[in-house]
Amino acid sequence: MSGVHIAPPELQPASFAFTAENLELAKAHIAKYPAGRQRSAVMPLLDIAQRQHDNWVPQAAIRYIAEMLDVPVIKVLEVASFYTMYNLAPVGKHFVQVCTTTPCWLAGSDKVLSACKKHLGLNPGETSADGQFTVIEVECLGACVNAPMLQYNDDFFEDLDEESTGRILEALKRGEMPKPGPQNGRLSSEPLGGATTLTTFNPAASAGGNDD
Amino acid sequence: MLQDKDRIFTNLYGQQSWRLEAARKRGDWDNTKAILDKGQDWIIDEMKKSGLRGRGGAGFPTGMKWSFMPKQSDGRPSYLVVNADEGEPGTCKDRDMMRHDPHKLIEGCLVAGFAMRAVAAYIYIRGEFFREAENLQGAIDEAYAAGLIGKNACGSGFDFDVYIHRGAGAYICGEETALIESLEGKKGQPRLKPPFPANMGVWGCPTTVNNVESIAVAPTILRRGGEWFAGIGRPNNTGTKVFCISGHVNKPCNVEEEMGIPLKELIEKHAGGVRGGWDNLLAVIPGGSSVPLLPKSICDDVLMDFDSLRAQRSGLGTAAVIVMDKSTDVVRAIARLSKFYKHESCGQCTPCREGTGWMWRVMERLVQGKAEKREIDMLLEVTTQVEGHTICALGDAAAWPIQGLIRHFRGEIERRIDAYHTGAPVLPAAAE
Repeated sequence: MSGVHIAPPELQPASFAFTAENLELAKAHIAKYPAGRQRSAVMPLLDIAQRQHDNWVPQAAIRYIAEMLDVPVIKVLEVASFYTMYNLAPVGKHFVQVCTTTPCWLAGSDKVLSACKKHLGLNPGETSADGQFTVIEVECLGACVNAPMLQYNDDFFEDLDEESTGRILEALKRGEMPKPGPQNGRLSSEPLGGATTLTTFNPAASAGGNDD
Repeated sequence: MLQDKDRIFTNLYGQQSWRLEAARKRGDWDNTKAILDKGQDWIIDEMKKSGLRGRGGAGFPTGMKWSFMPKQSDGRPSYLVVNADEGEPGTCKDRDMMRHDPHKLIEGCLVAGFAMRAVAAYIYIRGEFFREAENLQGAIDEAYAAGLIGKNACGSGFDFDVYIHRGAGAYICGEETALIESLEGKKGQPRLKPPFPANMGVWGCPTTVNNVESIAVAPTILRRGGEWFAGIGRPNNTGTKVFCISGHVNKPCNVEEEMGIPLKELIEKHAGGVRGGWDNLLAVIPGGSSVPLLPKSICDDVLMDFDSLRAQRSGLGTAAVIVMDKSTDVVRAIARLSKFYKHESCGQCTPCREGTGWMWRVMERLVQGKAEKREIDMLLEVTTQVEGHTICALGDAAAWPIQGLIRHFRGEIERRIDAYHTGAPVLPAAAE
């Protein structure tokens, strides 16, 4: 557990409610759990709230979810502050999370961080003055054979170096979305230059490719 | 070396589509009803015969685990929970199974859920795997639409639901009771055992928690027979395994291989060898960040399975092989893991909450050599005070990497302390 930063009162909206569409989505999540176990939906509902509210969860949303699930407010706040993916204060629209745990560090995550400094002017934990970009350092994101890597909003950018990280960040600054995944030309987690296994299967045997 | 015909994850790399039509061509969902028709006892027996040991790290026999579930309900429903909260540094195999071969996991949920008389499976996937969860949900939707799961799954007369529950960033939720707490909508803080989940798991009901790989291999084992799987690898260490090879190798990769493959062969055949050649190897963490590292001398001929690595006072863990060449600042590499465990401690047990921070701070000083030599033994002593004195194994996981470092690299730690006190350069050239 690390320190939790909750936005000050002047940034907190007075009220929060799901949009009609998100209310339906929330109900669908609640329905996944047995009757009377609606508390289980607190995590998906916090996620929906965060996505609706510029990628952070205001205190009003925590009260709203507590009421919807008939759970004490503190129990929802406990969950929202325990898990690192819930932002309780504003972050940039472009949310860059750089993994620096040992496998990524061995593969050069320091250079990914220095590219963030060079192209965005940001150290880990900082948000740009215009509020557009936030860079944070995170623990293992589970893409270690494609290290070093970063997560940009919902997508992973993998097999990075200083140059490719810079290229991605510059594209994001221009409002473009570069192609996620490995940046060194491989498909996914196979050895670079060609798989050493699964070579007797014909990829053409199945139509559609991998990204449909 | 394992041959392609004996590989289970034939779309590990996503060379083909993950969708149902392509999955069926790979053999998934091929007359699943026939497997279910053989009955619960047959399935569990076959899983026991296969010798499959859990692929999440602990290596508990899967068939035996399933057999702990109640055969007669006392009124409470039973649940299968799939642990897809993959987050052990070095490990990224479940990710590939879920984004590229999701139907294997869903079919596995059905046969495992049937064998343990469960009403539903909840797949707990780490929140950061957003795209992976999208593919998995897409595959679940396809399976419902095709009548493979849901009411009368595969025409078997058995009703079974499969749901996804996304996590939100907490390594500790990979611990099975923390995962259950999280699934109940709470902070992920582990529970004391007993009661064990098979008696009282999620929502107070009988529950089995299995790793993604353990469940995803089940349909193939049941089709080809437990003996087929048991014929691969070595006794008590059977079957195929997806290895993740990261760090200082020429071609980091995931690969499905035979259990018990020599570490050197694994690295040289599939990962393009150690950067700079085998003689440039310093050490390997063979089973994810929690297990003690091994120096090159052991790596030369160690086999990659549960018992061989245990005999070297390390472990197979998740089979995530983290390779470090001679340019590595090995003290710093382990200190970074100490920081990881400090960050991920849930804070419930004092030895872990306080101990992980304490150990990390000492490790940071050892990186600089800013310590006294007697502190090495003091640190070792503290690791044993944390190990085994907490509700879950995170305390152990934080202790073991440090113990491994001191066991095999005490000389390097002492050299730094000497250098610091004499004003000589402490650090070797930076890793990379």
